Amino acid sequence: MTQYLDFEKQLADLEGKAEELRAMAERDDDVDEQARALDQKAKQRLQTLYKNLTPWQKCQVARHPDRPHCRDYVRDLFTEYTPLAGDRNFADDHAVMGGLARLDGRAVVIIGHEKGNDTKSRLEHNFGMARPEGYRKAIRLMDLADRFGLPVITLIDTPGAYPGKGAEERGQSEAIARSTQRCLRLGVPMVSVIVGEGGSGGAVAFATANRVAMLEHSVYSVISPEGCASILWKDAEKMREAAEALRLTAQDLKRLGVIDRIIAEPVGGAQRDGRAAVAAVGEALTDLLGGFAGMDPAAIRAERRQKFVAMGAKGLAA
Amino acid sequence: MNWISNYVRPKIGSLFNRREVPENLWTKCDECGSMLFHRELAENQNVCTQCGNHMPITPRARFRALFDGGAFTEIPVTAPTPDPLQFRDQKKYPDRLRAAQRETGEKEAMLVVQGEIGRVPVVAAGQDFTFMAGSMGMYVGNAILAAATRAVERRCPLVLFSAAGGARMQEGILSLMQMPRTTVAVEMLKEAGLPYIVILTHPTTGGVTASYAMLGDVHIAEPGALICFAGPRVIEQTIREKLPEGFQRAEYLLDHGMLDRVTDRRHQREELTVILRMLLGLDPAVQADLPPPVLSNAAAVATQPAASAER
Ligand SMILES: [Zn+2]
Repeated sequence: MTQYLDFEKQLADLEGKAEELRAMAERDDDVDEQARALDQKAKQRLQTLYKNLTPWQKCQVARHPDRPHCRDYVRDLFTEYTPLAGDRNFADDHAVMGGLARLDGRAVVIIGHEKGNDTKSRLEHNFGMARPEGYRKAIRLMDLADRFGLPVITLIDTPGAYPGKGAEERGQSEAIARSTQRCLRLGVPMVSVIVGEGGSGGAVAFATANRVAMLEHSVYSVISPEGCASILWKDAEKMREAAEALRLTAQDLKRLGVIDRIIAEPVGGAQRDGRAAVAAVGEALTDLLGGFAGMDPAAIRAERRQKFVAMGAKGLAA
Repeated sequence: MNWISNYVRPKIGSLFNRREVPENLWTKCDECGSMLFHRELAENQNVCTQCGNHMPITPRARFRALFDGGAFTEIPVTAPTPDPLQFRDQKKYPDRLRAAQRETGEKEAMLVVQGEIGRVPVVAAGQDFTFMAGSMGMYVGNAILAAATRAVERRCPLVLFSAAGGARMQEGILSLMQMPRTTVAVEMLKEAGLPYIVILTHPTTGGVTASYAMLGDVHIAEPGALICFAGPRVIEQTIREKLPEGFQRAEYLLDHGMLDRVTDRRHQREELTVILRMLLGLDPAVQADLPPPVLSNAAAVATQPAASAER
């Protein structure tokens, strides 16, 4: 069953009516025609709606529970996925999945946030919010990638780092800082795709990459619109204004030079056609990684650093 | 383009009135309630003479006490594109910036200087909590890159004093991008084999803690400083329980292995001298109030206002 967002109400009505008509249509050709007309109308409505999503609506789409998650990408794009667990210090963080896998036959290290897709799995994965162990696991996997010359692919989908007592006690800040630092030290190519939410430090710790791509309706921000609204507007309900001001959409981030590529989503968003979205991400990964063929480790490292040092110098004029 | 100083350049008179300590005023210590004579407090680097409470101090005042003879030279920082996101909340970002510049007499939330500490040439960067809560945006990133670049050029250590209430929200994603940018600066120092000492002051939070403030060779914190990624209020809302006394304070972090030392502000100069001279393979220093170094190029004096510095 399709899960509709609040701004999709009219669309839900149209699609619902078409469905009802179709149920009756088996007995009546006339009704079938009406249903098809409604379908057509719904399709147009969907197209217009998704061409003109506001930043806040994009946040809602990016958080949509039916969007493909890390494990869907891993299952459909990679072969021989071999999960590797643990930070060798304290625990295995289930908000972060990762391991060895092959993309187009080539061995890589894959790291990603997994949010889960029902109550039980969401709790198990802590809603995709990593604790310090998640960053330390990622650091360990990046060490492995570097030692054996394997490219690193990260899939970002997190509301942010977990604001918990234990996470702070075990050095959340240090873990995030080290993970960003580890990204910057990699002598192998690193490509990141923000597939849903790119939430603050929890995202950047995995996305300090040579190339960063975003799905068309994903978001990437220093703070959630709700958080920003409650601080600057003193009213969490002003999230629409905050989402607007923060420039968190893939389109604005591309203009700012923060990301390198926007990956088009199927009409109506990745949640309506997960397979198509996954395939589009796969094509982008292959293409982006291909750009580093023959580059030596020092050049790959220098390129990544230079990109971040230069970033932001021109603002929206970039 | 020199847009910031065009906006700020305050009248020298008003700057000095704000910066110089009026003799007839008293400050009440938040901790012990003592009434403290302003001049006495300033001479004690804003540490309460009764209970040792560390009150906020500007980088400029801190550096006067830190460097030999109180002498230091400012290192220029590239001014970023103003208001890069054209951010609109209830106030315009450029108006907020200008107000902060008027209130503090500083260009931005970080001051980068060079001087000598116990006769060791040092580059120092001080984050200014009084300037928009020390929040990290493009300027702070540029400042740390400038500090690291100068330290590498002069082959000297970088001592960084962190203080931040969080991200410069008005710079949105570009504020977040300062985490990797400043980490590049740290990497420059590490590769050049130069000491990078972080002194974490109250409060150091958010993306600042989760980047350059936690990547030092040595981590020293001021007593009682709040140091965290997620703030206590956010955590209490998430876990719905009261946090223990002293949670995320310097002493608590020391206990949990995140810091090397917690050191009183008044002893930091001495401690930095000892640590830096050992790391650099120098003989022990004579501990004394050293006069300014006799270097012709270190002529600028501490009291020089920020806005008049050549950029
Ligand atoms: Zn006191």
